[in-house]
Amino acid sequence: MKMNRRKFLKSSGSLVVGVSASGAIQSLIAGDALAQGVSFPDPSPERLDTWVSVARDGQVTAFFGKVDMGLGLETAIAQIVAEELDMPVDRVSIVAGDTLLTANQGGASASSGIRAGAIPLRNAAAEARRVLALAGAERLGVAANAVGTANGEVFVLADPSKRIGYGQILDGKPLGTNVKWNKEMGTPLNVTGEAKPKSVADYKVVGQPVARRDIPAKMLGTTDYLTNVRLPGMLHARILRPPVGAAVPVSFDAASIASIAGARVVHKKDLLAVVAEREWDAVRAARMLKVEWTNPEMNWPGTEGVYDHIRSAPAVASNGESAFAGKRVYDETPTYKALAGAARVLTADYECPFQSHARIAPSVGVADVKPGSAVIYADTQKPHFVRLGIAKLLELPADKVRVMWKPGAGSYGRSDADEAPFEAAVLSRELGRPVRVQWTRNEGTAWDPKAPAAVISMKAGLNDKGGIDGWYMRSKGFSGWDVKFTADSPEQTLVGMQLGYKKWDMHNFDVPTETYQFANTVRFWQTVAPLQEKASPMRCAHLRAPQEVQTRFAQECFIDEVAMATGRDPLALRLAACKEPREIDVLKAVTEKAGWNAADTRPRTAKGDVVTGRGLALYNGYGSYAALVVEVEVNRRTGHVWARKVTVAQDSGLVINPASIKAVIEGNVVQGLSRAMCEEVTFDQKTVTSVDWNTYPILDMKDAPEQVDMVVLNRTDKASGGAGEPTLVSITAAVANAIHNATGVRMRRYPFTAARVRAALSA
Amino acid sequence: MAKTTITVDGRAHEVAATPDTPLLYVLREELSLNGPKFGCGLAQCGTCTVLVDGRAVRSCVTPVSAVKGAVRTLDGLAAGGKPHPVQAAFIAEEAAQCGYCANGWIMSSIAMLEKNPKATDAQIREQLSGLKCRCGTHMAILRAVRRAAAQMA
Ligand code: FES
Ligand code: FES
Repeated sequence: MKMNRRKFLKSSGSLVVGVSASGAIQSLIAGDALAQGVSFPDPSPERLDTWVSVARDGQVTAFFGKVDMGLGLETAIAQIVAEELDMPVDRVSIVAGDTLLTANQGGASASSGIRAGAIPLRNAAAEARRVLALAGAERLGVAANAVGTANGEVFVLADPSKRIGYGQILDGKPLGTNVKWNKEMGTPLNVTGEAKPKSVADYKVVGQPVARRDIPAKMLGTTDYLTNVRLPGMLHARILRPPVGAAVPVSFDAASIASIAGARVVHKKDLLAVVAEREWDAVRAARMLKVEWTNPEMNWPGTEGVYDHIRSAPAVASNGESAFAGKRVYDETPTYKALAGAARVLTADYECPFQSHARIAPSVGVADVKPGSAVIYADTQKPHFVRLGIAKLLELPADKVRVMWKPGAGSYGRSDADEAPFEAAVLSRELGRPVRVQWTRNEGTAWDPKAPAAVISMKAGLNDKGGIDGWYMRSKGFSGWDVKFTADSPEQTLVGMQLGYKKWDMHNFDVPTETYQFANTVRFWQTVAPLQEKASPMRCAHLRAPQEVQTRFAQECFIDEVAMATGRDPLALRLAACKEPREIDVLKAVTEKAGWNAADTRPRTAKGDVVTGRGLALYNGYGSYAALVVEVEVNRRTGHVWARKVTVAQDSGLVINPASIKAVIEGNVVQGLSRAMCEEVTFDQKTVTSVDWNTYPILDMKDAPEQVDMVVLNRTDKASGGAGEPTLVSITAAVANAIHNATGVRMRRYPFTAARVRAALSA
Repeated sequence: MAKTTITVDGRAHEVAATPDTPLLYVLREELSLNGPKFGCGLAQCGTCTVLVDGRAVRSCVTPVSAVKGAVRTLDGLAAGGKPHPVQAAFIAEEAAQCGYCANGWIMSSIAMLEKNPKATDAQIREQLSGLKCRCGTHMAILRAVRRAAAQMA
């Protein structure tokens, strides 16, 4: 049986979908009744109906192949589609991230939701408007150029009382047109029709502060979260994790959980899980099961030893070496020469910790695997790739697997979200019943893929006038690609490696986008071997602004250090070294708003317990530009730092929804402060010791800023840039610069915990 | 299995659960409620918060056998479809990204504001301290609680 979209929709008597109109789409969304061997073919990007569909009542549904991680993307996409279709925005529904219903647009990634993901939807909606106008003109009995569109209707220009609604025009039939597909999959996927999208000057819906449509349900408790998926006959599972990073299970004592009715153990290679009919029984079984683990020798360097380890460990890859086909892409010789000839060389090493996504709720996955097919429920950012990975793991063709994305705990990259769905798939296949895997808090913090620790070394060669004749930046750290940013193959997950798939062998760190232009500049990265090869809790992957938080911390602190050493205002030095007008604009906007004073940039000399200071930092990436001024209060007695006021200027090109972008910037500020002040994954010789919110604290409400001010530059002449990351990247540096301004102490290692700042102040 | 009777959102339920079962599992599994959610199981985040006789309680560590009072949950707040003033304020301020944490903030704010509708900014920060929001919507949450306070006072 082939259960494609068309058939599903047809089975309800029409191809019409829409929230109000169609039970079919609801049934699809609910993922009803999985028969054996069902097929779930990919929707064809070439069919206009894959993107847009009009119900009899005129409700439009747009099918979005990315997902909204809570940044208001769903609303923004609805605005864009409504704009092109000349529709009221509340009559556009969005279906997102279901692999049966949406084309593979690559999932949530690199703040690409608007800057890439919206493009095919914009083009498809424009094309749909063209097709509807044409058909409408025919129905109204006038020439094609004698009609206009507004409010979801086609009307006669000469007599607007003659009009017909989109729903009536199609009367349940498909749009039935093809669009041109660029043959790409994932984020670059695009389609174009004959119609040209509107020009920005004509926008009525885009650019308006439309209320976020996901919000009411979230507050009323009615959001269809992944955690609420309850399938008939579903078993609850917990995974057993070893006491030592590299240990694997040898044996277990079934009698130790015999008192729990219905509890069972699944042991498959290195995977050890318990399942039970009721969730609390699964929790108890996981706690009670007696397991014998191997006792491998472990010699991790530990939280305090990790930076010396990175400095002394051999580099296994760098940009220009094995990662990119042996071609050297940088040459440090001119820089070394310039440094050798400099009147003065400044150097500094910056230390960046491992950090965890530590999602508000740890990974969940539900799988219903039948012989020959599988339906998976996941809150992954990349459902289409998880589908490929799980198909491979289950040895099924991809079109036998459907991944249904559901909203879940916020995720900020390749988090643990991709893990439990794979585990659920394995267990459901073993047990022949639907299985729900819920990770524990410990797993969500300690076993989540990490942002890699690194040491960033900076050097500047100064001439006798204080000019900069050489600039050196080396990022040396763990690879940010121990697992890939998409779980498109089993080895990208813990369970895949536990079942014998060999770890991905890729290396990547980061070289920041060129911002400051100095003669004889070299920027390069090197990676060191992972702490543990297989199924490691310390494996690294993308965490919001991958590797850039680290490199920008160094670069944006060091430019301040150079300004201090050469007697310059850090703002003036940045303005002189930037060539990009959009960087200069955000620097000027933020310092004007914050009242930057060039005469007050040396360390202040205030006495007393609580001193204040402020710092500046800049960022450029994802097609956006962001500059920040952070004002801190430092308690010199306790070492506690409070970022009291944060000012942001951001240029993300054309703004789709001014209310949403402000919320996104505020969220970036708070999460960025959390990473700057609180977050560090701790570990000892053999295991991760950050296992909960006490051992991996995040920014508390008490430490939220008093004030976040912002200037959002709306560049209607520039393409929309990504907004999900830029503000967060450089905030760590802005805080460090502010601490220096307040106390004269330079923090070159984050997070700036009270203990660390206190120690630095008394050093 | 032991039967326990609990009153949730104004209705008495007889539930089958071992006495040590945390209230959270009973609410979600036996009563199919969706408001209280699992976040840590360690009383460290608040996503599982419910009100018991007006007090904010972390249901993930509260054995069902220890629940003596009336339980209120997020699911039961919008009486007759009308959102509670705190919910309305959180909606107006769009105080969520993923929204997974919203239950904790809303239920704890209700407990706070029902006792002290005139809570100052400092008191709000102090009393909501310990709840977690990983997405960093703190600023909007503070605005929402202040708005709710203004409405309830
Ligand atoms: S789940 Fe209860 S406090 Fe976190
Ligand atoms: S909104 Fe995601 S954790 Fe608070």
